Amino acid sequence: MTSVGPPIVRRRRSRISWRATAIALASTVVVAGGLAWVVVNAPGWAEVQTDFLNGPIFWASLPGLIAAFGKNVELFLIAELLILPLGLVIAVMRGLPGPVFFPVRLLATVYVDIFRALPGILVIFILGFGIPGLAIDGIPNDPFFWAIVALTFIYAAYVSEVYRAGIESIHPSQDAAARSLGLTRFQSLRHVVLPQAVRRVVPPLLNDFIGLQKDTVLVSFIGVVEIFRTAQIKEAALFNFTPYLAVALVFIVLTIPLARLTDWLVARDKRQRTAGSAR
Amino acid sequence: MTATGPAAVREALEIEGLHKSFGSLEVLRGIDLVVDEHEVICLIGASGSGKSTLLRCINLLEPIDAGRIVLAGQEISADGVDIDRIRRRIGIVFQAYNLFPHMSVLDNVTLGPRRVLKVSRAQAEADADELLARFGLADKRNEVPDRLSGGQQQRVAIVRALAMKPDILLLDEVTSALDPELVAEVLNVIRELAASGMTMIIATHEMSFARDIADRVCFLDAGTVCEIGPPGQVLSEPREPRTRQFLQRVLEAGRL
Repeated sequence: MTSVGPPIVRRRRSRISWRATAIALASTVVVAGGLAWVVVNAPGWAEVQTDFLNGPIFWASLPGLIAAFGKNVELFLIAELLILPLGLVIAVMRGLPGPVFFPVRLLATVYVDIFRALPGILVIFILGFGIPGLAIDGIPNDPFFWAIVALTFIYAAYVSEVYRAGIESIHPSQDAAARSLGLTRFQSLRHVVLPQAVRRVVPPLLNDFIGLQKDTVLVSFIGVVEIFRTAQIKEAALFNFTPYLAVALVFIVLTIPLARLTDWLVARDKRQRTAGSAR
Repeated sequence: MTATGPAAVREALEIEGLHKSFGSLEVLRGIDLVVDEHEVICLIGASGSGKSTLLRCINLLEPIDAGRIVLAGQEISADGVDIDRIRRRIGIVFQAYNLFPHMSVLDNVTLGPRRVLKVSRAQAEADADELLARFGLADKRNEVPDRLSGGQQQRVAIVRALAMKPDILLLDEVTSALDPELVAEVLNVIRELAASGMTMIIATHEMSFARDIADRVCFLDAGTVCEIGPPGQVLSEPREPRTRQFLQRVLEAGRL
């Protein structure tokens, strides 16, 4: 009797999953087909095709755009390398206890409040045009330099909040255990609290990293020639918007794998934590 | 060769008039307690009687409101005392083990000696291996804590505290979070420590264990030392009505 049970269940389950797949497929075809029909039958479809989806222009502009994307990669890699430590320092500053550290806490809090409040493009404008405008000796006026500074300042504020959430998620008993061994406050943070906190916030950090990658196009407005600026130049020369679509494609190809990686890390983290709590 | 008699007994710890409140809740209302070197004191009392708070105050994990704590002749509750230097001399083991989950057993045990006592890695690991072997944990040195049973984790926590070679060891209900069949292995470790002469203050609900191991049993009630004396007296012929009531309730719960 018992040996008969499982195959029936399995067959039924496979039939159910077949049906689910079929339904999902059919509904996708209907929705996508409907959307395509609406777009293709729109009055301006012919013009959009030549202006936005121009095959020859797409292929002609893609190599130049990919080459220009190297600048974006440079921007977000250098900025991320600065953001991660700066965000951590700010988070730790905000967490320092006691009245002695009040000014430090205040400074860190004001920093985070301001840079989260300001639209990124404003920070980029203010730093990119304003500071070089002061014409102080020794202060660079290279837009690339100020682009890195602006992106670092903006994202360090967000990233510090991510770190802070991670630090606060570590139970105080961990710090108590470390301090009871005679570790100083800093040693406890360094060896016990932060390693656990940082591990926990890797997925949200990756999320902010994706945001940073996209925001690198904003620095085109202070004169950094990167992928978006290059697309603008091509658009102006060809009177055609297809280069923008190529830019969109480049970002999609870059970000989607990272987003999936983030999802996978979140899922793995969740699995590990539920496995831990089941004990 | 060694001195014998009363002159040899030294005070490991002296507590005088210790008060501690959390907000409006006064948890400790004037605790006086003297612990001699090599003495084992068991703290008993209902939940909320102040056992854990007392241990955390001794370890300076909680600032005290009034009173004095003197460790081997040095007042450690005074202003300007380097808390980190004191804590390395006082080991504490927690009810929930509080092992560091991101480190191997070995790293849990060597963290204190390496970072606080500045012992070399090789020396710290050799010492740790010796301690782990002594408590039957040699084969667990490279495991992470989550892969160990509760009893094993608690033994690692004890080893971690011992690795600092503390003058005194505080044990805060170290078997309360354990499954019943794992309690014995941890109690045996504590028995061995007592036999080796470790000065200990043990907050516990295990009355038979307290009777067995304690030099003196201290019954805490509502933040004061209600009764203190040899286990035979406090646990079998309590003088205070509140001690009797407490033991009666424990008896009814089947824990005596």
